[in-house]
Amino acid sequence: MRETGDAADGPLQALERELHELAGGSGDAGAGGRIEELRSEIRQLRQDMFQRMTAYDKVRLARHPDRPYFLDYVDAIFDEFEEWHGDRNFADDPAIVAGFAFYKQRPVCLVGQQKGRDTKQRKFRNFGMPHPEGYRKALRIMKLAEKFSRPVLTFIDTPGAYHGMGPEERGQAEAIAFNLREMAALRVPIVATVIGEGGSGGALAIGVADRVNMLQFSIYSVIAPESCSAILWRDQEHAAEAAEALKLTPEDLQRFDLIDEIVAEPDGGAHHSPDTMAETLASILDAQLLELDALPVDELLSGRYRKFRRMGEFGE
Amino acid sequence: MAWFKRETKSIDVGEEKKTIPEGLWQKCEECKAPVWRQEIEENDHVCPKCGHHYTVGAMERLDSLFDGDWEELDGALRATDPLRFVAAKSYSDTLDRIGGGPGPREAVVCGAGRIGGFEAVVAAMEYGFIGGSMGSVVGEKITRAVERAVERRAALVIVSCSGGARMQEGVLSLMQMAKVSAALARLDREKLPYISVLTHPTTGGVLASFAMLGDLNIAEPGALIGFAGPRVIEQTIRQKLPDGFQRSEFLRDHGMVDAIVERKEMKPYLVRALKFFLG
Repeated sequence: MRETGDAADGPLQALERELHELAGGSGDAGAGGRIEELRSEIRQLRQDMFQRMTAYDKVRLARHPDRPYFLDYVDAIFDEFEEWHGDRNFADDPAIVAGFAFYKQRPVCLVGQQKGRDTKQRKFRNFGMPHPEGYRKALRIMKLAEKFSRPVLTFIDTPGAYHGMGPEERGQAEAIAFNLREMAALRVPIVATVIGEGGSGGALAIGVADRVNMLQFSIYSVIAPESCSAILWRDQEHAAEAAEALKLTPEDLQRFDLIDEIVAEPDGGAHHSPDTMAETLASILDAQLLELDALPVDELLSGRYRKFRRMGEFGE
Repeated sequence: MAWFKRETKSIDVGEEKKTIPEGLWQKCEECKAPVWRQEIEENDHVCPKCGHHYTVGAMERLDSLFDGDWEELDGALRATDPLRFVAAKSYSDTLDRIGGGPGPREAVVCGAGRIGGFEAVVAAMEYGFIGGSMGSVVGEKITRAVERAVERRAALVIVSCSGGARMQEGVLSLMQMAKVSAALARLDREKLPYISVLTHPTTGGVLASFAMLGDLNIAEPGALIGFAGPRVIEQTIRQKLPDGFQRSEFLRDHGMVDAIVERKEMKPYLVRALKFFLG
């Protein structure tokens, strides 16, 4: 299930190696010009490649193991993050992290799915697939934000809610459903950003918000392309076609008016320059919070209702 | 499983088909007893021998719950294949084929009328239409039903019967979960009753939105009710699920449904619940 490597890497690496060698070399008089040339060639090649990327290439990039995860953005954008554990009912779910932090001295509530970097961490975080406790914890902390009038920022990055016996016994469906209903009525601004994988109901359960953003190489889908292939073609071989058919890229979602903003990623994707990525995202979150702050609560809530109310395409 | 434990009871006896006249008799899919088809139909689609509840269509369901006449709501809404979805089959072909059939034109039928004298809006899902899956039309019709209940200060009943979100409409389907749930938040705030009736099967995005949000969640006996399908779970955990896992009784025992009610008791049960809340 592990996805490795940029779909687009390969010819790029040769140029990058040459650039690295030249830039690392001593003051050769001719090197300066060649370095510039290489840089622009690399830029051009990257742009071409990303234009040619298929939907499934984008799925792989959204799952890239080097991509910044929720806690990387927390470190880069916010100060003094304090994580709070547990749903006060059953357990703490490490696949969802929730707490408060400061953004420019202002207290904010942060909730996000967290994947692991190495094998041990991946197992600990359950590959970012939450149990019901995770969703209930998320809501508990969001209710604290409501109580103390703090805005909520959520970060979506999950293959989906976990499929197992425990989740069924403890009401995975109920936990997700309850979050959908309660987030729709939460009396503080909510901004959700898909930073990697937006995996179905497990993603949406922290995604009912006043503003919904997607990073340029993130995806949002009703079902994983592999599972869609298994159901519609009865094998896993058609995942790439399924990815195409499901229309899961940010551009697709914007076309159907399902998201507000596509957050541009640095050349090559967020993992090539996590700091730049964090900066870009921070400036968008900043502007959105400012906008939402200006709204009286009733307007905020009716706006949120209208936003989801008009989603869908049908004839009458 | 060891070879000597292999179950043999479900081996199909091909001979039987030849001796039973086509269409008049059927073997109950639960108890395997031969039953007169008409007898099942007249018994609210419940096996008279073992009580197995068969799937019932949306129109019949609405007839069985309303006091008498009821008015269909938003019956003209149609799916439009916004993604131009093509997989092994194209979605628009599927829509054309099913739309030309005798059943309802979408996976939910909504109606307004009275239940035990109380004004009520009821949405009943149609499993025969692409597995009762929820796309834009289902989400829209149910949202309108909820909004109508709010406007008229009527009770809301949703009878779920669905495999979940409709993949062929991609994220548009997913967002219907949020749309309906947001409408239910308003209904809840207006202190109006919502009774969710779960029937076989109710899974995926339908369960993970409106089906689990009832003031009361009532299940028919033996229904499969789960977030993930049993096969998906078995593949994930690489072991066989115990008998009865994700059945109505399992959900009641784990605190997810308020009661299990047989089909023929459903109407009087709803009337009594509405009396508790509104009478």
